[in-house]
Parts: sequence; structure tokens; C-alpha cells
Amino acid sequence: MAKMTGAEILLESLNHEKVKVIFGYPGGSVLPLFDKMYGRKEPRFILTRHEQGAAHAADGYARATGEVGVCLATSGPGATNLVTGIATAYMDSVPIVAITGQVKTFLIGNDAFQEADVTGITRPVTKHNFLAKDVKELAEIVKEAFHIARTGRPGPVLIDLPVDVQLASCEFHYPRQAEIRSYKPTLEGHAGQIKRIAKAIEKSKRPILYIGGGVIISGANHEMMELVRRTHIPVTTTLMGMGAFPDTHPSSLGMLGMHGTVYANHAIQESDLIIAVGARFDDRVTGKLDEFAPHARIVHIDIDPSSVSKNVKVSIPCIGDAKRILKQLLRFVKTAPNIDDWLAKINGWKEKAPLKYTRDDKLRPQYVIEEIYNATKGEAIITTEVGQNQMWAAQYYKYTKPRTFLTSGGLGTMGYGFPAAIGAKVGRPEKIVFDIAGDGSIQMNIQELATAVLSKINVKIAVLNNCYLGMVRQWQELFYKKRYSHTYLNTCNSPDLVKVAEAYGAVGIRVTKKSEVKKAIERAIKEPNTVLIDFNIEKEENVMPMVPAGEAINRMIGGMA
Amino acid sequence: MQKFTLSVLVENKFGVLARVAGLFSARGFNINSLAVAETEDPTVSRMTMVVDADEKTLEQIKKQLNKLIDVIKIIDLTKKDCIDRELVLIKVKINAKTRDKVVQAADSLNARVVDMGKDSLTVEEVGDMKKINATLELLGPFGIVEIVRTGRIAIQSEKKGVA
Repeated sequence: MAKMTGAEILLESLNHEKVKVIFGYPGGSVLPLFDKMYGRKEPRFILTRHEQGAAHAADGYARATGEVGVCLATSGPGATNLVTGIATAYMDSVPIVAITGQVKTFLIGNDAFQEADVTGITRPVTKHNFLAKDVKELAEIVKEAFHIARTGRPGPVLIDLPVDVQLASCEFHYPRQAEIRSYKPTLEGHAGQIKRIAKAIEKSKRPILYIGGGVIISGANHEMMELVRRTHIPVTTTLMGMGAFPDTHPSSLGMLGMHGTVYANHAIQESDLIIAVGARFDDRVTGKLDEFAPHARIVHIDIDPSSVSKNVKVSIPCIGDAKRILKQLLRFVKTAPNIDDWLAKINGWKEKAPLKYTRDDKLRPQYVIEEIYNATKGEAIITTEVGQNQMWAAQYYKYTKPRTFLTSGGLGTMGYGFPAAIGAKVGRPEKIVFDIAGDGSIQMNIQELATAVLSKINVKIAVLNNCYLGMVRQWQELFYKKRYSHTYLNTCNSPDLVKVAEAYGAVGIRVTKKSEVKKAIERAIKEPNTVLIDFNIEKEENVMPMVPAGEAINRMIGGMA
Repeated sequence: MQKFTLSVLVENKFGVLARVAGLFSARGFNINSLAVAETEDPTVSRMTMVVDADEKTLEQIKKQLNKLIDVIKIIDLTKKDCIDRELVLIKVKINAKTRDKVVQAADSLNARVVDMGKDSLTVEEVGDMKKINATLELLGPFGIVEIVRTGRIAIQSEKKGVA
């Protein structure tokens, strides 16, 4: 068999893994690899303008498609620029494989030019990482990296690849299977536990389904729908779970937690049975832990044993893949428990305290989101940045399908949404992709406008521009006596986002009046190019309702009196 | 807080110790002692660790360790029948008056004197925690110059079967 270089082996291995696209940026320590990519069509290479953009784009691609996203950067600063993107993917269980160049093996540890201990730096933010020191191990490492990234609780895996290993050669055999003796995720749920869950549902009087990103990752949305059809149990989703169950369904309570709906939070607090599926009782969900759901027994279905009983005490844990477990559960759950009183009570809350904002002539962000929803008929992929824009996008767009709401939930990374939108559009070109951004966060990866324009990746950006770092300002208003310390970004004066968009060759539209919103969104959708709409919204609009930090989740500002 | 002994089998590869140590520091777990070496299978290393934790934290420690790809198996030896040992080197102050007394004290515990100087001598003690503590208590009054401990290692007894 003919010999291949490490660079060729890597690219061939990516082909074996059916990688269609790599997001990345060249540099000195990946020159041999880029040389082998010269003129190559598969995988497609998308040149971002910052490595962080490449990592988020790979992440957005992975979340939108369910496939592993791939990003590539050089050693040292190239690799450290990926770190925020890798950490973002880690917190939200997103399968990406990050490939970084490294200085020559004999220089490692020598403080060589553009050297950084990348496996050391990324150890706490990757599911696993590899330093490929020998070209003979490379194919196996790639196989294992993809296997680890996409199985079990998915996550980012990094491969650090020294220059001399890219240049060395050996025979290429791609392993058919990854054999890792110490890594065997549990997929099938324990039959006895599943029966206990069925019993608990049957006996419950005030049950609630609390579902998260795990339902989307495992593709369990149909099973979830069937469970609700049979039992009529109301469903609340986490931020990561938006789209796992349709917001438009009568059993949906929307999001819970800090900026959840009043009725979802009250339902959790008064429930006698919480069935958590693929969610992890994050502090933004539970609020004050001691007062969380005081009457409830908790069922926890999750693939990650370390998520179970980490924050709350679980009565019936069930480890495994959500889809398989729900399938099994449906064998035992055939009818609805007697919960009519409970549903009536929840409907009362829904009527008494719906999500609401001031509907007047002012240009309010919630209205912008509603109009994006109307114009895209709920069929778009929405990405968000972090802060108020993220919460309004979660509250006012109605998600009906999995993989249509991409947001940095765990790490809360500003600058995520735009490059993630680029990745999502590359993976799902038939979809309209909208990044709902703030004027602060859009500036954190604004350089990717060049990527979108030049690579003809047609994404739409809706900047909810209030000239403030809005969410932090909101906290300062409510909890720091309106001392707006350094949260006034003054984006009204600089930069002119419309001109920035135009300078990059994108379309820029400014909207200052409510009456212009619809037309601007419709025009943006029709444009065959990337469009940035600068919505000059009400400056001090707040995200409501809100659970103050450290409070029980039913004590909400803007909640029920 | 309680002390637990965990025997952790890991891949014998570079970087594994850093992963384990990093996990403990990142999550705020306390390692009391740690001993690492190759096993009968050269591809596998054993880490015997004593951790300070409550039951809930111990559960998290075990689960988080299990999440590391290079961790093969975790055996909690705390409630199992096992033999545990630690080796301690104790440098004790001596003078013309106390030298014989220190030697006698070491003898009475079956501890060996492995080095003798003008102002100090070094005692080697091997044993379980109880024995080590007894030795330290007995030698303490003479004045301890330095103590070096290996950390606890442990092996399961045969009678209760293998884990």
C-alpha cells in the first residue's frame, strides 16, 4: 500500500467520517495540511476571519445538522482563539472536532514560536483531547475523536497535530470501529427503573415534564410528543430544549427558570412529580435550590450519570439515551393519569399571567421577534447572542422543531450567534437563518461579515440595538440602584452598523420605527445576500418576568401578585 | 467530611495524571493522598487516592472520574475488606542522651532505623494508618525534623472476592 503523509491521512480520515465542511484559519503550524487542501473540493473549506468564528461556526453546523462540526486552526494563538468556542460547545454538549497545528514534536516544551500547551489548556473544556505524536497513530486518533465527540453525552474533542507529524508518512488504514475499553456509554435504560417511572406517572396528581437539550440530541421529540399525547402531562423546556416540544402545543408551558413563564415556574413549584428528560437542573432553572419544587418526587432521565443528583436529590434516576428510554416507557404508559384539576389550575395561571409586553407605538424588541416569527412562519433557524436578545428570542419566537434554536446556554458566550448562524446556514442551506443579536455581542465577531459575504453564506442578522449592554444594564437597574457602570456602549454613535455591513459588502438596513419593522424583515428575507438590520429599539426595555438571583423560581418580578 | 480510599485503574498514557488532578482542582475536590504506578498490565496504571469528602461529593467524584475517557475502572475500597499500607520515613532529632531511647522506641514498634547521623536518625515504618499514627505519636516527643510519606496504597482481600 502506498504511503501517505500525516496531512493526507488526516484529510482522508475526515472523508471517512463524511465530513463535508471545515471551518478554519491557516497559520505556520498547519502549512503542510493547508498545502494538501489546495484545490481540494471535499471537504469544503470555509475561511473565517477569526478562529473563534471557526469554532462557533463548527458548533452552529453541528447543532443545526446533528453531525460533527469540524474546525481547524494553527498552533499557539490560533488554538487559544478556538478555546472560547470549544468551551461553548462543551457546556452545551455539542459534538465538534477541533484540529490544531502544533510545533514540531522535538520543540514541544521549548517555548518555541507560536507554541502553547493546547492539550493542557483545553483539557477542562473538552470531552477528550489528543496530542498525535506519531503518524502511525493518527488514523486511529481521528476515528476515536469522532466516536467520542458524537456518542454518549456529545462534546468537543481536540486533536493537536505537530508539523512534523503532518509531514511524516506511513501506510493508511482507517479503522472500521473505535475500540476504547474505558469508554462505553450506557444507552439502554434500566428496565426496573422505567417501570417505576411508569408507576410514578400513574399515581401522580400534579406531574410536569421538564425537558432539555438531551431530547434534541437523542432525537426523542416524537417519543416525547407521544408521551404527552397519551398522558396530557404539561411540558416545560429549558433554554437548550427549545424546539424539543412545540411551543404552539396546548400542553406547552414554554421555558422555565430565571426568565421562564410565570405558569411554568409555578407549575414546577407546585408539582408532585417532575419528569426531567435530558436536562441538568442548572442554577438558572432551579433558582434557590432549597426551595425548588418542595413537594415533588423527581425522575431524572439522562445519559450522563454525573448530572443525576448533582444539584437536586433524584428519586428515580434512569441513565441512558432519552429516545430509547422514552420508547421503553411508552410500553408501560398507555393512559393519562387523573390530572384534570391540575391542568385546570395551570390554565388559570396561563390566563392570569401570560408572557406580555407593552404593545404601543414604540419600537420594542419583543415585537421585532414576533414579526420575525410571522415573516418566517416559524420555519427559520434562529441563533442568538447572549443577554436580553437571547431571552427575548427564547420567549417570543415559537419553536416547533428541534435544531431550530441555537444558543449558548451553558457558557453564555457573547459573539456566538453570528458565526453559529454561518455554520447553521452551511449545514442547512434551504433554511432561513436569523441571528438575533444585541449591539454589544454582534461586535464581538463582526469580522465574520467578510466570511458570510465572500463565501456567499446568506444569513440575516437582527441587531436589537439599545446602545447598552442590555442584560447587565437591567441587573444594574434592578439590583445596583441604576448605577450603569460601563454598560452604556453608545452604539448609537459608533459604529454605524449599517455602514459596517455595507463596508463588508452586506446589506444594511436601519429601522427606527415600529411601522418599518415588517417591511425590513421581508426585504431582508428576499435579499440573496447577507443582511444586517439595525433595529433601534427602546433603550431601557427589560426582559420580564424575572427571578432575582438566589430567589425561589415562583417569586418573580413581573409575576403573579 | 470523611476519608475514602479509591482505587482507580487508568490507561498508562502521558497526561492521565494531569486529567485526574485537573478534575479535582477544577471541581474543588480534596485529595488527601495519591499514589500512582504501573500495574501487572503495563498498559494500565493504578491510582490509589484518599479523598476528603461527604457522601454526596464522593458520588460526584466517582461519576466525574468515570467520565474521563482514560479512566477504566473505579473501586471504592472504603467499605471493602482490604489491606492498606503506607510507607513513612521519619527523621527524628537525637542527642547523646536520647539516641538509644529513640532506637528502642522504633524497635518496640518493629520500625527500622535506616539512617543514623549525629543530630538525627531516620526511621522507616510500613503499616496501616493505625500503625503509622502510633509510630508518629511515640516518636513525636523526641522532636520530628521531617516526615516523608508515600500515600496510602491498598489491595482487596481475597476472601471477599474481587471487585
